Amino acid sequence: MAHESTYVPGTGIEKWLDRRLPLVRLMHDSFVDFPTPKNLNYWWTFGGILAICLVIQIVTGIVLAMHYVPHVDMAFNSVEHIMRDVNYGWLMRYVHANGASMFFLAVYIHMFRGLYYGSYKEPREIVWILGVVIFLLMMATAFMGYVLPWGQMSFWAAQVITNLFTAIPVVGESIRTLLIGGFSVDNATLNRFFSLHYLLPFAIFGVVVLHVWAFHTAGNNNPSGVEIKDVKKDTVTFHPYYTVKDGFAISVFLVLMAWFVFFNPNALGHTDNYIPANPLSTPAAIVPEWYFLPFYAILRAITFDVGPVSSKLCGVIAMFASIGVLFILPWLDTSKVRSMRYRPVAKLWFVLFVIVSIILGWLGGKPAEGHYIIMAQLGTAYYFGFFLVILPLLGWLETPTQLPKSISESVLKQKKKTTSDPSPAPAAAPAE
Amino acid sequence: MSASNESQDEEPNRRDFIHLLGIGVAGMGVAGAVVPLVHQMNPDASVLALSTKEVDISSLGVGEAIKVMWQGKPVFIRHRSPEEIADAEATPLAQLKDTLARNDNLPPVDDAEDKNRATNQAYLVLVGVCTHLGCIPLGTSPGEIKGDFNGYFCPCHGSHYDTSGRIRKGPAPENLPIPPYEFVTDSVIKIG
Repeated sequence: MAHESTYVPGTGIEKWLDRRLPLVRLMHDSFVDFPTPKNLNYWWTFGGILAICLVIQIVTGIVLAMHYVPHVDMAFNSVEHIMRDVNYGWLMRYVHANGASMFFLAVYIHMFRGLYYGSYKEPREIVWILGVVIFLLMMATAFMGYVLPWGQMSFWAAQVITNLFTAIPVVGESIRTLLIGGFSVDNATLNRFFSLHYLLPFAIFGVVVLHVWAFHTAGNNNPSGVEIKDVKKDTVTFHPYYTVKDGFAISVFLVLMAWFVFFNPNALGHTDNYIPANPLSTPAAIVPEWYFLPFYAILRAITFDVGPVSSKLCGVIAMFASIGVLFILPWLDTSKVRSMRYRPVAKLWFVLFVIVSIILGWLGGKPAEGHYIIMAQLGTAYYFGFFLVILPLLGWLETPTQLPKSISESVLKQKKKTTSDPSPAPAAAPAE
Repeated sequence: MSASNESQDEEPNRRDFIHLLGIGVAGMGVAGAVVPLVHQMNPDASVLALSTKEVDISSLGVGEAIKVMWQGKPVFIRHRSPEEIADAEATPLAQLKDTLARNDNLPPVDDAEDKNRATNQAYLVLVGVCTHLGCIPLGTSPGEIKGDFNGYFCPCHGSHYDTSGRIRKGPAPENLPIPPYEFVTDSVIKIG
């Protein structure tokens, strides 16, 4: 794609196939000989980790669908049947449920990495936008999947989330009726959520292919943010250098996942979801899964009407805008420098942004009252302020530090620093 | 299309015409296919068939209340005491967050006075779904919290409703809606 093909068909079969469907050539040029910046750090391994997450979710999901029944009378029991009767059913379900959490953990790290190193900047705007599309699809998929076990949290999550659409003036009520297929969340809702929950991962897979295609056309970004100048000096081949590095990171990540699956499989879930859905009784507190909490906090932070617009509609707009703003991020950040490594001021605001995002997540799990609301409002203000005020202004106000001339220079400079300045480490050792 | 063609020097020729015709026909075909594909998601006949329900309220004593299911949603029927009715009537409209009746049996412009909320004031009939985000307010079964205004209280985000089911405090934007209903006899209500 972005580089000249280096594939040489070795065997007769490969030669025969290459003339007819150059699939092996495509794979070779994309994942074997692809010239990759030689300075990628471990933050860059999350792309590979996410690919594995998607495969795990699809494989375990297909297995679960063989035993699950999407009917209001049987859904809850069929999940318990999977847990108790189906051979290794408990494993499949715990991997699938915790896999969703791990998927979001990885995607958030992946997004923060892109934010820090300016991976959304010219010429990678499309890469970033496709990433946001994948993120949206992931959220829709995860939400609908959470409804399927038909426990109390499943039911009331569906109730609350579909009710968000009623905030839309005039047509809101009809949209909700159309989405849930009735006057209330019921069997029709469960059925269509199952259908879409099965479909969307394949849509995600398709967008992932475009995402990879896009950054293989523009080339990988790298921690220095400087483009590849000399393919020989600045890059290494994807295989074996990054297949090994990604492979190692994936292994470590799977250890974390295995810890949850085998030692604490319900730590990230909510106990109320082990109570069958009851349309007549609302649980004391409705809390979404942890990965939706920052957005839930933003939704509930808007407790005041803005002019003629009700607080309910404002909250819904703010929540959708918090993701919508990511789509225009490439044009909001006015700085020419990609990597925040060379942006001393932006770096500090970025750290604060990560902290605020985590605090918003914590607030999303708290009751919406008293000082929690004020904190959520401040957090929401900073969230939007970071994108809409700070990033546009910093491009003008900030003086970046000296950029390296090339990727290879940035690597050599770092190496020199560590070899010529070894004093602090040995000096600290005897003091212990 | 015709506007852009007129601005050009050349008249649209026969080939342009067949292109437009082809695109137009294909477009209509797609639009025709979209209608059933989208409409199948709306409530089906079996759901619509359950759209009315008759409830016998003869056994409901003063101060008692019941919950029944209608269209998959809970409907609260409360036999109000004279004090509760007096309370609701004494509340001036200015104190209400939502001043519309929200009563499907009346024109949508009517205000939220208690007489517009219950045709037979002894019986208050409400759709028991909080107008904020759809939780079920408490206050029907004995012992449940009735909130600051002695009506209903939604535990999700703290909305308080009064003895007429009107929103008084909290994030909910509207009064609890009154479903379409009528008294078939003195003791039987037909909802829907």
